[in-house]
Amino acid sequence: MENIPAMPVDRRLPDRTELRSLLRSPMPDNRPAIEVKSLDKYFGPIHAVRKISFSVDHGEVLGFLGPNGAGKSTTMKMIAGFLRPDGGTVLVNNLNVIDDPVGVKARIGYLPEGAPSYGEMTVEKFLRFIAEIRGFDSTERDKCIADIIRIINLGSVRKQTIETLSKGYRRRVGLAQAFLHDPDVLIMDEPTDGLDPNQKHEVRSLIKNMSSNKAIIISTHILEEVDAVCTRAIIISAGEILFDGSPGELRAKSDRNDIDDAFRSITTAQATGLAG
Amino acid sequence: MRNIIAITKRELYGYFSTPVAYVFIVIFLFMTGIFTFYVGSFYERNQADLDPFFNFHPWLYLFLLPAIAMRLWSEERKSGTIELLMTLPVTITEAVVGKFVAAWLFSAVALVLSFPIWITVNYLGDPDNTVILSAYTGSLLMAGGFLAIGSCVSALTRSQVIAFVISVVICFLFVLSGFPMVLNVFQSWAPQALIDAVASFSFLTHFSAISKGVIDLRDIVYFAVLIVFWLYATVVVIDMKKGG
Repeated sequence: MENIPAMPVDRRLPDRTELRSLLRSPMPDNRPAIEVKSLDKYFGPIHAVRKISFSVDHGEVLGFLGPNGAGKSTTMKMIAGFLRPDGGTVLVNNLNVIDDPVGVKARIGYLPEGAPSYGEMTVEKFLRFIAEIRGFDSTERDKCIADIIRIINLGSVRKQTIETLSKGYRRRVGLAQAFLHDPDVLIMDEPTDGLDPNQKHEVRSLIKNMSSNKAIIISTHILEEVDAVCTRAIIISAGEILFDGSPGELRAKSDRNDIDDAFRSITTAQATGLAG
Repeated sequence: MRNIIAITKRELYGYFSTPVAYVFIVIFLFMTGIFTFYVGSFYERNQADLDPFFNFHPWLYLFLLPAIAMRLWSEERKSGTIELLMTLPVTITEAVVGKFVAAWLFSAVALVLSFPIWITVNYLGDPDNTVILSAYTGSLLMAGGFLAIGSCVSALTRSQVIAFVISVVICFLFVLSGFPMVLNVFQSWAPQALIDAVASFSFLTHFSAISKGVIDLRDIVYFAVLIVFWLYATVVVIDMKKGG
């Protein structure tokens, strides 16, 4: 709780920075940071997400695994408030995403799939726009942009327009955008997709360093990533949760103690089950 | 309000960091010049007013403003940034208004840059400058109407070309409904009330009054309601489309 500044005596209301740290501090009753209850989503006739329930605590890094089209991105989009669920609830720090979408979005850092950003802007101008929307005033803004540029290592390209950057740098700009306001809930859709091995390693250590007091969800196709950064893994296939447990438990599902093997046997068992 | 300003600023930055803005402004000024001096016979009329200048605005806007509005939402949808924007702590209304205001300010800049023609007419004669000011206001209001329609259509599709074509068609209907040629069709059989109703939907009817210097509250309300209606429709469309 040391990050909560003392209430100033000369004013009655805390200013924005203080308010943010207050918002960031964990709930006193120790409710999970993210609670998903029987979440449902249809796209026309397709039942994309089928009554999914899980929760994520502060300090947890949840890896979302599953074949393409399993419903990973759809679930993340619903938690981030982009898609409206057809049923069920999402609570982020006890706020309901349907009742208070802006409140939830203010507390979440979200990296959409493919890390979209405004290509015609320079890195600095883009981050400035995000900071303005996130409610930083002009002095705070400069500081938080300078901080994030240092942390994500974007100093060499800060004046470059985003469309001229390599894929790795664009992904980093996306991460910078998600981390900018130091949210305590982070949702990242394939944060390491398309990066070279060194960049993957960097992003993973970045996530790991931040994970101590945040609730983080990442989706990935790379199973080694689960071992490298996640404290928990959920496997989704055809809109349903097939596995929810630690990476160790996942590995134990395989005779050879191999995570790829375990993933394959869990997801194909369902496929043959469906076929039969 | 802070969010609207941030979005407007970003959008304007988007216009001016690409050639779109400069191409648009140059074409707009060039075309108004051609229409005013060659088609509108500015000199031959021997009158110190800007009628030949303003008379062509609805027709120029018909093609130029949908080109500005088409990128408002189509581009966000195509590049995926709509997912970024809609997961930031802003409401859909703030995003819609912010983007619309940017497009409108941009058209205002283009309009203001036509000032040499105003200087010219003042140098050559002694025009009624309040009429000119009123006409500029009317032109700006009409531009808002065109842009609000374009904003809504652009929210419907990820293709800018489709957004442009459909916007032009809808705007064309709004302009045309006041045209004598169209009204004559109704003239022979329809009751006067219907003819008035059709004419009252037209940009031309409301704009021509303001451009003559008659500032009637009803004309201003017409454009205001038109803009609010189409922006509201934009909000509804975005809410529906992003959800499915």
